[in-house]
Amino acid sequence: MSSVLYDVPGPKARRVSLIGSIIGVIAIAGLLWWSISILAQQGIFEPQRWAVFQIPDVWVLIGNGIGATLTAAAVAAVIAFPLGLVLCLMRISDVAWIRIPTRIVLEFLRGMPVVLMMFFVLLVFATGSFVAVVAGLVLYNSAIFAEIIRAGIQSLPKGQREAGLAIGLTSFASRRSIELPQAIRRMLPSLVAQLVVLLKDTSLGYIVSYEELLRKVQIMADFLGPDYLFPVFFVAAAIYIAINFSVSRLAIWIEKRGSKKAAGGVVHVPVAGIPAK
Amino acid sequence: MDVIIDNLPAYVDGFLRTLFLSVVSGIFALIFGTLLAAARVSPVAALRGFSMTYVEIVRNTPLTIAFFFAAVVLPRLGVTFQQFEVAAIIALSAYTSAFIAEAVRSGVNSVPVGQAEAARSIGMKFSQVLTLIILPQALRTVIPPMINILIALVKNSSVAGAFYVMELFGYGRQLANANGDAVLWVLVGVAFFYLLITVPLGYIANLVERKVAIAR
Repeated sequence: MSSVLYDVPGPKARRVSLIGSIIGVIAIAGLLWWSISILAQQGIFEPQRWAVFQIPDVWVLIGNGIGATLTAAAVAAVIAFPLGLVLCLMRISDVAWIRIPTRIVLEFLRGMPVVLMMFFVLLVFATGSFVAVVAGLVLYNSAIFAEIIRAGIQSLPKGQREAGLAIGLTSFASRRSIELPQAIRRMLPSLVAQLVVLLKDTSLGYIVSYEELLRKVQIMADFLGPDYLFPVFFVAAAIYIAINFSVSRLAIWIEKRGSKKAAGGVVHVPVAGIPAK
Repeated sequence: MDVIIDNLPAYVDGFLRTLFLSVVSGIFALIFGTLLAAARVSPVAALRGFSMTYVEIVRNTPLTIAFFFAAVVLPRLGVTFQQFEVAAIIALSAYTSAFIAEAVRSGVNSVPVGQAEAARSIGMKFSQVLTLIILPQALRTVIPPMINILIALVKNSSVAGAFYVMELFGYGRQLANANGDAVLWVLVGVAFFYLLITVPLGYIANLVERKVAIAR
């Protein structure tokens, strides 16, 4: 696409572009240098600050934090997906008294901050923080999964359902054996992308005192002293970004592979009301 | 129920602050996000690289980490904010602009190739092609996804409430602590005020989507 927007650059344009690039790189390098020098003034780069990573217990705590983050995400994803499937089927049910209340519930769940739901479960049901985190994630993400799958079903040609009903399948049997397999396959990239959101949202557990990676950083900084806050935070943030980045890549990979394999290819349906968070 | 009525001024204040945070961050994010998208399709390689790297990193960083950085790590490094709202607005707009950029870029890709070809064949240069032909059409098609991003922004602003900013969620926490016996109603009140923003926005997104779908 980008090549359509402008001519193939000639020698003059290439020179201007090169000069611009060099200036840009210098500007960014300068900005980096400036922040690094501020950090250096605070003594961030003194070796003993980073010596903290020679203590095995620090790595044990970081490991525990990653474990807690991934556990919450995995448990929430495993519960949220089937629940989303059920909510989706209820949302597109032919029976109005199932469809309409489900629609209201989904609207409600999608419109609320995840952290508020976690907080609600934590205080009102007086559960532990793990249950609160998982419940908050499940409530929100099952609603999103339901909407994604619904968009997938609606993107199928009408004939799929009509043919299913015509050969005598019940409405549910047609959904189950004809529409859902195709819809889920088509929406796989969106579903995996939503997993990244779910994974990112586990960090909200920090706010409800769930001992995930970020909370462990805080605990370590309180224990070791403020001098070590930055090194520990830096490593934790890098780990978070690395995990999310890998899952995002997975989504992109599935999308590329899927466009060859899935029947009719994966689709980019602009899903109504799904916040691209 | 009484607890909501008794604390109505706090709720309304929190609601207005949430609205303020969202609107200001939203405007910054829209501007910066569109610039990022323009950089992403520009002929200058360094701009493309910068835009791509920025979007990739920001999209994979949890917002909580950004707020933790601004609220806990930066003060230790000697950077303090007179008003933490400023930090919240910076964090929220930096975060949201990455998603806006992706939305605008997909909009640019959705404009038929012939539009850009026609514009170029009558002698327009890149900046003219982009601002006069491509972006006006692209922005039109991406209004629904953009509204959804703004809905997410309103919800994300609640994270600020956990870090020193008094907005709807911040007040909710305070009221929940003060009224231990009526936590349920306190939080239902908070939820109501969030839905007051997000649900109407969602309806607008759906309406616009239908309009655009007919137009194309």
